[in-house]
Amino acid sequence: MSVLDPTVPPADPAGEIDADERRRRRRTRFEKVGRWILPILTLALGLWLWDRIVVWNAIPHYILPGPGLVFQTLIADWPILFEALLVTLQITLMALAVAVLGGVGLAVLFSQSRWMEMSFYPYAVILQVTPIVAIAPLIFIYVESRLAGLLLCAWLVAFFPVLSNTTLGLNSADHNLRDLFRIYGATRWQKLRFLQLPSALPYFLGGLRIAGGLSLIGAVVAEYVAGTGGLKSGLAFRILEAGYRLNIPRMFAALILIAATGVVIFAGLSFLSHMLLRKWHESALKREA
Amino acid sequence: MRVAAPQGSARAPVVRMQGVGKTFNGTVVALRDMDLTAREGDFISLLGPSGCGKSTALRLIAGLIEPTRGRIEWTGGAPDLGVVFQEPTLMPWATVAHNVWLPLRLRGQSFDAVRADVEEALDLVGLADFPDAYPRELSGGMKMRVSIARAMVTHPRVILMDEPFAALDEITRFKLNDDLLALKEKIGCTVIFVTHSVFESVFLSDRIVVMAARPGRVIRELAVDAPYPRSEDFRTSAEYARHTRAATDALHDAMAAA
Repeated sequence: MSVLDPTVPPADPAGEIDADERRRRRRTRFEKVGRWILPILTLALGLWLWDRIVVWNAIPHYILPGPGLVFQTLIADWPILFEALLVTLQITLMALAVAVLGGVGLAVLFSQSRWMEMSFYPYAVILQVTPIVAIAPLIFIYVESRLAGLLLCAWLVAFFPVLSNTTLGLNSADHNLRDLFRIYGATRWQKLRFLQLPSALPYFLGGLRIAGGLSLIGAVVAEYVAGTGGLKSGLAFRILEAGYRLNIPRMFAALILIAATGVVIFAGLSFLSHMLLRKWHESALKREA
Repeated sequence: MRVAAPQGSARAPVVRMQGVGKTFNGTVVALRDMDLTAREGDFISLLGPSGCGKSTALRLIAGLIEPTRGRIEWTGGAPDLGVVFQEPTLMPWATVAHNVWLPLRLRGQSFDAVRADVEEALDLVGLADFPDAYPRELSGGMKMRVSIARAMVTHPRVILMDEPFAALDEITRFKLNDDLLALKEKIGCTVIFVTHSVFESVFLSDRIVVMAARPGRVIRELAVDAPYPRSEDFRTSAEYARHTRAATDALHDAMAAA
């Protein structure tokens, strides 16, 4: 298989490279191709094994459907599932947005006031370490609006990584630069705006990537607890419902959609992070070997 | 030990330290009873072994810490200074031009309003072609040049430098020493320069304040009366060797006194 890749140096006609270098280059090329091919091969092998196990053991589809049937269900039930996906996605993205606002807002507040941080940080930790499944039923007793309840659950799961990472970032501004800002008589606002926030950006983006996955988890868990009354049903409810009806293929189809959503969110946030940091931050820089 | 300024007494004082002492945690004496008058156009080196309080003296003048004894007076009231640290201390997320803009930005001036000043400062340090580069794209010497441009862009009366070239290789350091003297001639500011290199202090300064450690204090002040501009010739002259010998002897006394 020949792969044209501009980043791999072409074969050297002038004979400037020896056999060792040729071997090293071949290995680099294999690694580049393998990064894509190997996971795909693994997936194909897994699907094939799954299919064979179902066929060889004649497992009925209401216990374990084969991958083909799951795929058919995904197509056939697409209208229902897609609508549910949109609902789950809406909750997830809204929760992520609120988590970013809340997390960054609290982090800035904590960095500006030691008293605030001492008073409230411990409770942020307590909220984080208490399992959301344990709090969710209570939330749905006291919160009238189901949308607000779902959002609150997802937010509780997602805001902490943003808060703790941004706090760390705001506090890790270079000490000499801080001295410089003091010497030039920078105001508190200038220090925050021109020094602390840019320093915190890489940390914040790290927290954001975690929060993206967590807000999806929060949205799904909250929906399991809340059921669906009054609101359109999301993917989690579709899974529950399909389970009651022994519609196992649809459970799998919905599960695949949720996983795919999580991957897309993570990839999107990674891309955003790369675009924002690629000019200057170590994590986004490619080094020449 | 009190030392009178050996020369340049005709020039107007800019900043004056009187009996300044700094004790950390109530027990560690970082600096004891330091007197120093920096006059307009002086190039003063604070020379000494580590722990002699030279960096503490600089931080005191910069106003980053308060003296526990004595006082620091600026003629004209407010401090007016630029600082170059041992590391370039640039903001990695900002371009070279925006790093140099920082002191003016903190005074509330927009980039467009001071573009000419920023360009002039970059031109002075020989980086006119790199305004849009990011710090990571520059070599150690070039980063230090950006740092110097940033310190000069406000045309301060005093520039404080805390071992700025200690981490650079000798070739780069010599070049930056030459350029620093040329720059100082151009903008006519006072420089207070911390170093532990005898050769650097003799080449650059007209006054060398030799300091000793434990407790940090001034033990001698030497005048280097060779005229500016100083060039490569000065670095290889007998006069340079003589001053270097005097400074080395003073430093030995400082080590013995510690």
